Amino acid sequence: MTNSAPKPSRRFQRVTQSLFNKSCAWCLATLAILILSGLPRASAYETNLSVLVRQAQRAAVKVYGAGGGGLVAYQSGFLVSPAGHVATAWSYVLDVEPVVVLDDGRRFNATIVGFEPKLELAVLKIEADDLPYLELAAEVPELAEPILAVSNLFGIASGDEPASVMQGTVSSISRLDARRGTFKTPYTGTVMILDLVANNPGAAGGAVVDSKGRAIGMLGKELRDASAGVWLNYALPSSALREAIGNIVAGRAVVTTEPESPMLARDQSHHPETLGMNLIPNVLENTPAFVDRVIAASAAARADVRPDDLVLLIGNVRIDSQRTLLDSLRRIDRRDPVVMTLQRGSQIVSVTLMP
Amino acid sequence: MTILDNAMAMRLVIGCVGALLLAPAPISADESQAVKTLVTTGADDSKFVELDPRLEEAERLRIKAVDRALPATVCIFVPGGGGGGSGVLISPDGYALTNFHVSSPAGSYMRCGLSDGRIYDAVIIGIDPVGDLALIRLLGREDFPYVEIADSRKAQVGQWCMVIGNPFLLATNLQPTVTWGILSGVGRYQYPSGTLLEYADCLQTDASINPGNSGGPLFDDSGRLLGIVGRASFEKRGRVNVGVGYAISINQAMNFLGDLHSGRVLDHATLGATVATDPDGGARVSNILDSSDAYRRGLRYGHTVVEIDGRSVNTANQVQNVLATLPPQWRVPLVYMDRGKRISTLVRLENLHTSDELLEKMAAALPPPPPAPEPPREPEKQDDAPDQSDDENGDDDGPKDGGPKLPDLKKLIPGRQGPGKGDGGDKNNDMPPAVAAVFEARRGFANYFPNRVKQQDMLASLRGQFPNWSADASTDANVSVWKIEGKTDSEQATPIRIIISDDAFELTIGDKTITATNRTELYNAITSTNVSGILACLDAWRSLLMRGTDGFGECYYRGTVPLLGQRPLRDCLIGVSGELEANWLLHPDTAALEAIEVTADRDDDPAELFVKWGDDPSKQPTHLELRYGTTSILNVKVDSWTVVAKGEAK
Repeated sequence: MTNSAPKPSRRFQRVTQSLFNKSCAWCLATLAILILSGLPRASAYETNLSVLVRQAQRAAVKVYGAGGGGLVAYQSGFLVSPAGHVATAWSYVLDVEPVVVLDDGRRFNATIVGFEPKLELAVLKIEADDLPYLELAAEVPELAEPILAVSNLFGIASGDEPASVMQGTVSSISRLDARRGTFKTPYTGTVMILDLVANNPGAAGGAVVDSKGRAIGMLGKELRDASAGVWLNYALPSSALREAIGNIVAGRAVVTTEPESPMLARDQSHHPETLGMNLIPNVLENTPAFVDRVIAASAAARADVRPDDLVLLIGNVRIDSQRTLLDSLRRIDRRDPVVMTLQRGSQIVSVTLMP
Repeated sequence: MTILDNAMAMRLVIGCVGALLLAPAPISADESQAVKTLVTTGADDSKFVELDPRLEEAERLRIKAVDRALPATVCIFVPGGGGGGSGVLISPDGYALTNFHVSSPAGSYMRCGLSDGRIYDAVIIGIDPVGDLALIRLLGREDFPYVEIADSRKAQVGQWCMVIGNPFLLATNLQPTVTWGILSGVGRYQYPSGTLLEYADCLQTDASINPGNSGGPLFDDSGRLLGIVGRASFEKRGRVNVGVGYAISINQAMNFLGDLHSGRVLDHATLGATVATDPDGGARVSNILDSSDAYRRGLRYGHTVVEIDGRSVNTANQVQNVLATLPPQWRVPLVYMDRGKRISTLVRLENLHTSDELLEKMAAALPPPPPAPEPPREPEKQDDAPDQSDDENGDDDGPKDGGPKLPDLKKLIPGRQGPGKGDGGDKNNDMPPAVAAVFEARRGFANYFPNRVKQQDMLASLRGQFPNWSADASTDANVSVWKIEGKTDSEQATPIRIIISDDAFELTIGDKTITATNRTELYNAITSTNVSGILACLDAWRSLLMRGTDGFGECYYRGTVPLLGQRPLRDCLIGVSGELEANWLLHPDTAALEAIEVTADRDDDPAELFVKWGDDPSKQPTHLELRYGTTSILNVKVDSWTVVAKGEAK
């Protein structure tokens, strides 16, 4: 790390300078919000913190799904609407329809109603009403803001056991793409760097809560500096997730695995072959829709589809296997363009294939 | 510029300000009244700021809590550089709690540093391999600093807490490390690691816990002891803090403390039944042994357990969470539902292991012994510790490669290495004389010495309180026949006479007389739940007073147990004579004998004799009550209790 950054960068100077310029009273005040609310009596303060903790725990959920092969089959999430919308991390855990367990121990089969690959965000929906939920903060948190992180890291809690709570502060607001390739993630926006060891197995999707009890961020998936081997502790700010979550909750950006348009005749619809891309051999029940080869001068080649691309979406249809890919292509007229969202390594790419 | 560099720079900046909150500031409680604190606001200008008085107050309280908690924290080092850990003093006479996995590499003695800069020898007292607890005793003082015990049941998530100890065995200057955080979870259950260690109803914290913190204290924000740190979730990030540490609740430790004082190798408990969480809620019995006490108290397949030891349970996890914090053979209140009917009873918990099983499993759980301290050691191998399997315990089997090196404590305190008493299988062949004097090896015991002492204490108490006991006459079988006269404590007030001698036992109720001449008949009296079971209890009592602990095939101090499911915990002495096992239960404060239980067949209820002494315990007992299970079958109001010569009894 030291050899990669021999002297402070311009950006670093900007950030630190801005902190120096603010008054010390401000620093103390932000640090002290959590510490002082309810003082002078220490016990009163503790009561307040306990209330805050409990509120956050009640909106936290445990998400169970796919795993195996050294990958844990669980992660965290939190309710963002009283009607059962759960914000969580878009990950392999959601490769199967997930099960959501609430703070009170109730279990639900959840459906994935929306996901935003570029934000590594997914929104699940369970059939329940009047649920406790967390309001999403619109602003980017201040530096040194005291926070709580609520997650089911390590799967410690099960059933009606409350999620784990940790405390710390926001130590930096920065972008992850400062050194591309260091952290392999499609997310390119601003993140909050936390001074607590928050990002453990199963913590992804957990809520970062501020002193007002609002979600100011969501814990990201585990990220490790590829060269230094250092694990990053970070969260995606709610301000970056808010619009996407709002659109999904409002029904404006839902994804589905059950397309509504009718199935067309084989010779009138699209097929990977006619678009010029061969998929990897379909040997499993749910073989992922990875591109194996792209035919030169085809629609796929013109749109710069590449081998090893993974098809995530066709239109608003979530592609969880080659089966759903073939099925949704059968519903698009061969004369119409095909809009696809692809994952290419750690990037998310949107392409339109013109026939 | 990477984000990590940014983060670290931020940390430094915040560190300047945050030092006020995040570290024990270098100001004493007295000075902090009107403190003005220097805050660096830039490279070349600095100024004083007034702290918010509430912030000052919070800080002052925290400094006070650290000041209170620090002196009682123990830094444990295994002699010869075999590792170490942490501990905490809980009494002025030097008793300290730590983890079994910290004490086990040391065996029977270790060296302990306190923040006063002094090193004390310590001897092992008792171990609980399943619960990962050990009791040790620091020697050489009767005025050790010690901690106040909190009620860990009242601990709440979000509460501030601190961990003090010896992470990475850093305390080579004997100054412990303080880390601060919140409780992240309470009532956590952590599955057994390997085959033995189980953490139930434990506390989870985000205060930094690292290898070396094991065995050390978790305090609340006022410096009262909440738990014993012992385990952390370590995964791919290596054996360092990942924000998830666990502490054994101090309430569990207090449940086992009496038993730890017995010097025994302790086991844990089972209900003799398994439960499963019903999809509709509730912990339903899914299997039950018909030899278990729970079965005898009416618990059956399909019943729902709703309360154990006064704690309500709704899931199988919660049942295990309660059970795992209780010692075996404890009798605890149990509430269950039988087809809508709520039944409250008392149930005696079973041992989880047989004695041999436990010792075997314990041996398997022990780390390989540290390298023997052979005189010409190669320097680089000197402090190597055995590498352990990557279980989740924050065990402290010594510094790892590149880690801090443990100083050879022998060099620090020259002249302390006397040739010690070698004991069977113990690797401490250089045990100091002070330790050897209070250590005695015996199978099934971590240290038999404290047990022997306690037996003699209890025997003296029993003899002292018994009416008319004298060392000369009362040990002579010919002149110490017990004759008890009274009447049933009922409307009829039927006269009762009891005679107990070595070879003639007699119970007369009204005009009906039951006699026995040997212990086989007493055994049968108990298995048939007969009123004459009272004779077995009184015989055990008389034998103990007359012949002492040597009068039994095996006699030992068991530890502490509740009486009829109630606290305070009573001291319990056990004597085994042939097929009969007698337990004497003494009140912890008055040392008055309150109950004698005699077990004939483990699959049957023991005969239990409850002894009431009236206002003056130095006089004779006023009431005797015989029970089997939860049924009282004989109630005697005592009129006279005399010790007579043989032949005078009739």
